[in-house]
Amino acid sequence: MSATAEASKLLSRRVTCNSHGQESSYFLGWLEYERNPYHPLSNPSGIIQMGLAENQLSLDLLETWLADHPESTDFKKAADEAGSSSLFRDLALFQDYHGLPAFKQALADYMSELRGNKVSFDPKKLVITAGATSANEILAFCLADPGDAFLIPTPYYPGFDRDLKWRTGANIVPIHCSSSNGFRITRHALEQAYKHAVVKRKLRVKGVLVTNPSNPLGTTMSPDELRTLADFIEDKKSLHLICDEIYYGTSFLSPGSFISSIKQVVDGRPHLSDHVHIVCSLSKDLGLPGFRVGAIYSDNELVAAAATKMSSFGLVSSQTQHLLSAMLGDGDFRRSYTAENKRRLRERQRRLVEGLRNTGIECLESNAGLFCWVDMRHLLAKTGCFQAEMELWKKIVYDVGLNISPGSSCHCSEPGWFRLCFANMTEATLDLAMHRLRDFVERDEAIRRSHRRPPGPAIIARWVRRLSSKRRPLMQLSR
Amino acid sequence: MSPSPSPSLSRIPFGAGGDDREVHDDTSSSRSDLGVGGGTAMRLVVPLQGVVQGRGGLVLGSVIPCALFYFFQLYLRRKKPSSSPPTSPFPSSGDLPSLSVIPRTTSRSFFSPRSGSLPAPVSSHTAAANKSDACPLSAGHRRFVDDPYHPTSNPDGVIQLGLGNNQLLLDLVRDWLERNVNASLLKGRNEDMGLGGMETYLQYDGLMDLKIAVADFMGQVLQGSVSFSPSQMVLTAGAASAIETLCFCLADPGQAILVPSPYDSEYEMNIKWRTSVDVIAVPCRSTDSFNISVAAIERAYNQAKKRGVKVRAILFSNPSNPVGNLLKRETLYDLLEFITEKNIHLIFDELLVGSVHEENNTCMNIAKILDAEDFDKSRVHMIYRLSEDLSLPHIHVGVIYSLNDSILASAAKFARFSSISVLSQRVLVTMLSDKRFILEFLHLSRARLINMHRLFARGFKDLNIDCVNGDGGFRCWVDLSKFLRSYSVKGELEMWEKLLDSAKVNMMPGSSCRCIEPGWFRLCFAALSENDVDVVMGRIRRAIDEGHKI
Repeated sequence: MSATAEASKLLSRRVTCNSHGQESSYFLGWLEYERNPYHPLSNPSGIIQMGLAENQLSLDLLETWLADHPESTDFKKAADEAGSSSLFRDLALFQDYHGLPAFKQALADYMSELRGNKVSFDPKKLVITAGATSANEILAFCLADPGDAFLIPTPYYPGFDRDLKWRTGANIVPIHCSSSNGFRITRHALEQAYKHAVVKRKLRVKGVLVTNPSNPLGTTMSPDELRTLADFIEDKKSLHLICDEIYYGTSFLSPGSFISSIKQVVDGRPHLSDHVHIVCSLSKDLGLPGFRVGAIYSDNELVAAAATKMSSFGLVSSQTQHLLSAMLGDGDFRRSYTAENKRRLRERQRRLVEGLRNTGIECLESNAGLFCWVDMRHLLAKTGCFQAEMELWKKIVYDVGLNISPGSSCHCSEPGWFRLCFANMTEATLDLAMHRLRDFVERDEAIRRSHRRPPGPAIIARWVRRLSSKRRPLMQLSR
Repeated sequence: MSPSPSPSLSRIPFGAGGDDREVHDDTSSSRSDLGVGGGTAMRLVVPLQGVVQGRGGLVLGSVIPCALFYFFQLYLRRKKPSSSPPTSPFPSSGDLPSLSVIPRTTSRSFFSPRSGSLPAPVSSHTAAANKSDACPLSAGHRRFVDDPYHPTSNPDGVIQLGLGNNQLLLDLVRDWLERNVNASLLKGRNEDMGLGGMETYLQYDGLMDLKIAVADFMGQVLQGSVSFSPSQMVLTAGAASAIETLCFCLADPGQAILVPSPYDSEYEMNIKWRTSVDVIAVPCRSTDSFNISVAAIERAYNQAKKRGVKVRAILFSNPSNPVGNLLKRETLYDLLEFITEKNIHLIFDELLVGSVHEENNTCMNIAKILDAEDFDKSRVHMIYRLSEDLSLPHIHVGVIYSLNDSILASAAKFARFSSISVLSQRVLVTMLSDKRFILEFLHLSRARLINMHRLFARGFKDLNIDCVNGDGGFRCWVDLSKFLRSYSVKGELEMWEKLLDSAKVNMMPGSSCRCIEPGWFRLCFAALSENDVDVVMGRIRRAIDEGHKI
């Protein structure tokens, strides 16, 4: 019907434009996986999902706790415990978007504990949102007007293109980090990105967004890096710093040692407190993505007040908050869960690293997250460009049957890196994935050996490749 | 979707660059325009001066540069709003002429880095949000939270009639939750849907199970006269985000949505705040019992067109909040004709259980439209306030129902920002599938709603106060204009304050709902029990009597 076509043309540009990045390889890989998902019995040759950063290693712990604490889901008992002011009475009094006080208190305690109790969080400054996705978008809405920009170190989580840009109209300017120093953020890179945004693209930069621990790298930021960031924010005066710490609870260093949080740095520089905003979530830390609970922590009263109002566009049901406040309020469980979860993650990560090493593939050394940042540069075709990366990625998805995320989808400036998730599958599945990869690499090497050429041109080729890979970032920007 | 993955894939790493290039080009071209403008102006001035002076016209020689300079300024000013993003003034209900002290235009410059008064500049959204705390709605609610009424423990407290929370059947729902929630959760865990199966990443827009349950429930309420398809639904965490999502889908910043006024005070926040879409009120009058006419809508549409504002949709609440009217069938058909002619969308914001006031009244507009023939249904969309309808103030679910596939697809993508906890979804699936409970619920709901309407209508009749005899909803719309000291918004706010201070009753003044006639107030009775009605009436009587004495 022509009228229908006409009416559907009447949509907003946000709908018709493509800045949500849903077409990126990150999501294409998922679609392919959806079509042909691996199952040990019903579809043993299907695609193994290694693109989903979900923690399923410690679900049994959560389930045991739920079974032992039926009252956490029981409304009647909840009312009795709280005395005269029952849960229902509270609900009638509170405006939806303020969040349950008990839950905010429990969450603040949990956050401090994860950070070794070196910092404390004021529950009044927490804003509860429907997942970290929504938390990030709300912060972008709060800090940036359409056309303003955020600086984000590459490689970064592909979803940011959608979460921060799509509806807010904000821009992302990449801070290019390189493998030469393990993708660490340097002052030079920050200045370069800032200059590029302000001078070349004429954008007003509103802030820097970092993930700590990093998604997709799986590394945590050193105190030096955090200081560099804080210095940068301080020197530029009017910048904000968004610290996405949703993987904080997954850092599997040796027990007793804690990675540093931006909160520590800010506590030492109170004049920066209005500029720093922390995003956290229970999806990764607790492994409960289905609960859709995220939070913003901000000392900036203006931002916190606006974010609280915005959270009415993605409310977390009080019932969910009630259950979680019981779960997180149980200090013993909280501590034992965190310790055991980290132990399992460490073990699993080592398994992946070992498996890859046996195949001759190295990973960036990591200490957190649900994934590894894997170096497959030596498997790329001779040209060694992003096109070669896409070709390799397609081979791995379609021929090897592993859905992994290519570095280009994370805006990595060097081709040949991939993100592999390890916590959303069983050990046996991971072993199978490693097995498939080893077969592929061996086949690939055999082919390469048969096509081996005299060494002279190869050196030149490698030299050319290195040159082109260095120039890549510039080309990318000018396009 | 591109047919083959490779071209779009290779574009991805540069996708951001591609996007941003537009912005870059935009600014650079505007800059070069200015440069050329300034340059040519200068180049023009000198020879002109020469020519003019050569002929001895000193006056002209000074007039021409001045005129050029003036036009250049004019050009700059004209250029400015188009290059700067549209600001979105916060749509607070309290942004009344008398209350908004800060002029809107200052918000941006005040927070701009150049002013230096604030070290961390925030966006216009944030700046606007923090102006709204003085509005009657927030102020009244704060008073209520400080001193809440309770029949036995605090009989002199503030009675909250301003919030729209439906608690008419809270007791029934609570009992059901107490009996069932535990079981439903445990059952979920043993099935495929347990904690381990919560891969919700690909279904932000709601579990299919819940969509099926909601569709069944809606069909059941309408007694099977219409059947709803679960695949035409997107579920969001609350009705506010359902409205915002549709606005994001339908309109670009600067475009407008027509809404008959008086309207829900939250609409402006939902529609305007983050989307920068404009709300144009189409005033309804007491002489028509606040019923909307297509003539009024057409007038507003034409006026907007004259101002160069593009209208993309009309939004109706049904039963109308705050008045309580249902849209008349004839008006509905006129409207359908109108939107087809103008090529715009129609959004209904509906209640289902809450709107059944008279028995056998099929009230949902979408139901009538689904039956209608010869009509392009893809331009009509419905928002269903499920949690409000079901007295579920603590589980937030809004439903978008549409027959337009591209809108559904994009709404499903936007749902990523407002997805519902799987736990709550599972509870709702169990509740809506409990047919016996639903039957009891519907029966009791109707009885209580009719009773409350009757009690309020009688109470106001005794006080000799007019109120609109609404067809449904959880609200009463009353006319206190004859008690105003001055017939103006100021007089209305004085009245509101007096009722809050002396009578300790918090109602919503009509000006917060953008009613053009002062003196109307909205009372939500869905949080009251029957016995409280007499208390409310007594307090209002006392306040009015006092007013007469003075």
